[in-house]
Amino acid sequence: MSNIRDNDIDKARRQFMTGAVATAGMTIAPGFMLYTAEARPAGTAADPKVRWGLLIDISKCDDCTVCVDACKKENGWQGHRGDLTDAQWIRKVDLKDKNTGVKSSLPVMCMHCEYPPCVDVCPVGASMKRADGIVLVDKHICIGCRYCMMACPYGARSFVHEEVHGQKTHLPRGQGTVESCTMCAHRVDNDQIPACVEACNASGREAMMFGNLRDPNSDISKRIAEISTVKLRADMGLDPHVQYVNF
Amino acid sequence: MARLTDNYHKLTDHGPFFYALLFGHAIVILLGLASAYYMEHNGHYVTGMNNQIVWGMPHVFAVFLIVAASGALNVASISSVFNRLAYKRFARLSGILAISLLAGGLAVLVLDLGRPDRLIIAMTHYNFKSIFAWNIYLYTGFFVIVGIYLWTMMEKRMNRFTTIAGYSAFVWRLILTTGTGSIFGFLVAREAYDTALLAPLFIASSFVYGLAFTVLVLITMCWTLGIQLMDKEFVTKIRGLLIIFTVTVLYFTAVQHITNLYATQHHGVEGFLLLYGGSFPTVFWLGQVAIGSVLPMLVLAHPKIGPTRQGLSTASVLLLIGGLSQMYVVIVGGQSYPLDIFPGMEATSSWIDGKFGSYIPSVPEVVLGVSGISLTMFLTGMALKVLPFLPNPVAGEE
Repeated sequence: MSNIRDNDIDKARRQFMTGAVATAGMTIAPGFMLYTAEARPAGTAADPKVRWGLLIDISKCDDCTVCVDACKKENGWQGHRGDLTDAQWIRKVDLKDKNTGVKSSLPVMCMHCEYPPCVDVCPVGASMKRADGIVLVDKHICIGCRYCMMACPYGARSFVHEEVHGQKTHLPRGQGTVESCTMCAHRVDNDQIPACVEACNASGREAMMFGNLRDPNSDISKRIAEISTVKLRADMGLDPHVQYVNF
Repeated sequence: MARLTDNYHKLTDHGPFFYALLFGHAIVILLGLASAYYMEHNGHYVTGMNNQIVWGMPHVFAVFLIVAASGALNVASISSVFNRLAYKRFARLSGILAISLLAGGLAVLVLDLGRPDRLIIAMTHYNFKSIFAWNIYLYTGFFVIVGIYLWTMMEKRMNRFTTIAGYSAFVWRLILTTGTGSIFGFLVAREAYDTALLAPLFIASSFVYGLAFTVLVLITMCWTLGIQLMDKEFVTKIRGLLIIFTVTVLYFTAVQHITNLYATQHHGVEGFLLLYGGSFPTVFWLGQVAIGSVLPMLVLAHPKIGPTRQGLSTASVLLLIGGLSQMYVVIVGGQSYPLDIFPGMEATSSWIDGKFGSYIPSVPEVVLGVSGISLTMFLTGMALKVLPFLPNPVAGEE
């Protein structure tokens, strides 16, 4: 019952918002109206034909942290202690080749695997993969057992070790639960790109590319088709949707 | 004199020492609950655990007790499944101790959850691809099956079903410990785990821990009541079993490490756990191997000390120290070795990359872990008072 009521409220809210945006759009910018119309309406399921992914060009990535800073700002996971109890949804990893000494730097976050081990091991099903491939944690049922953190090959998940402050309305967090990169699902559903990608582009580096891996005409698919990409821990066969180039 | 019920009796004829024991355990249980509240209220940053060492001392104690629970059924299984009459007198005690150990371990595990208040979710939402979810069924099933097993042993009209119940419990506990070992064995991303050997290793370990707990409870009861419960034949048999089980654990441990040492990709984690990994090599070689395996075997093998109750109890204490050491190295040591995300590269970051885990347990989490043992002993003690689990004294050896 409550779901139906919520849906009705969502519909009414959506109609109001659509009307408001349409009016403003027609008056101000026709392009913006198109932008809003492509967003996934609330209450509808993610599209299984879509597979969101990221392509990260390491040759364009230096030691800056704009992606990390943007993620913190967007999702409100700023740590307080400066130790390993702090949450970290995305991190910059500095690499040095043991033989050649060549150095590189790259962002690492949840890889949004096609076959995510965190989803496999979660006893209550709180770890889940959306139909469009985005891997999330259902904060309402996560019991905080941390088995998903044991299973993740990328160390991409954080346990909330303390009381949280300054939560974003679009992304509630909870002490005692596990969390990780959501690929900015709230933005993606509104036809926006993830905050990290947007910040990287704005910095002029354009090292990160976001798009639909299942659409052969998307920029990301075209780019992947013409170059050799690297998937971290490809040996595990998890098919991560975050790929790297010029590794 | 104790109240007799056939060949068994309730714990009635005891001195104040028994109440002192119960009181001591109750205090530790309360401290454990206070610790859990402290951790829950403040968040896990007050513990030594972090985003690299996500499972710490509570899990060491919890898994230790859960593994021991399965092994505590040894005596009952040998009696019912392998039809050895010498063990039959202790089958009831074996069953109730198994239930108490599992309750103690699960209590610690649950109280360390990030959201223990959501336990009902763990009971109502299942992901059947998760070995953790399977374990929830295995644990609850263990309570039910061992409970029925005890009923068939203690209710005369049900005695004819004891054998089938004993077989069921025997199979169930083997599956249960396979499941517990597989919680780690299924972690394919971690160098220290990802091996099917952990399941049989945990089964062999359960035999050691469970039998050691059984011996210590029996000897404590002998001491408390001033009677003798174990005859010389039983002491000799238990002595032999403890040696065999300890050798089996060492065998599986050796096979696991030697197999890893053969594979170049595992040299790093093996070197970490066995040679240079801070406290872990010390805990492994000194705690698990020397104090926890070799020394108790020497005690047990000694021609004069071995066949005595003192020898048995000393060896049991040492074996339990070895068991806790083993769980510490497996659980905490296994997480401390960094994930190998970038083979052939040196990785550094503000996070866990390239770092060996640092774990200094806090007092509350250790107290929570220890309180699991106290809960086990408290439950066992209360059960012994309420129902006739204890065998009558051995004639002529009082």
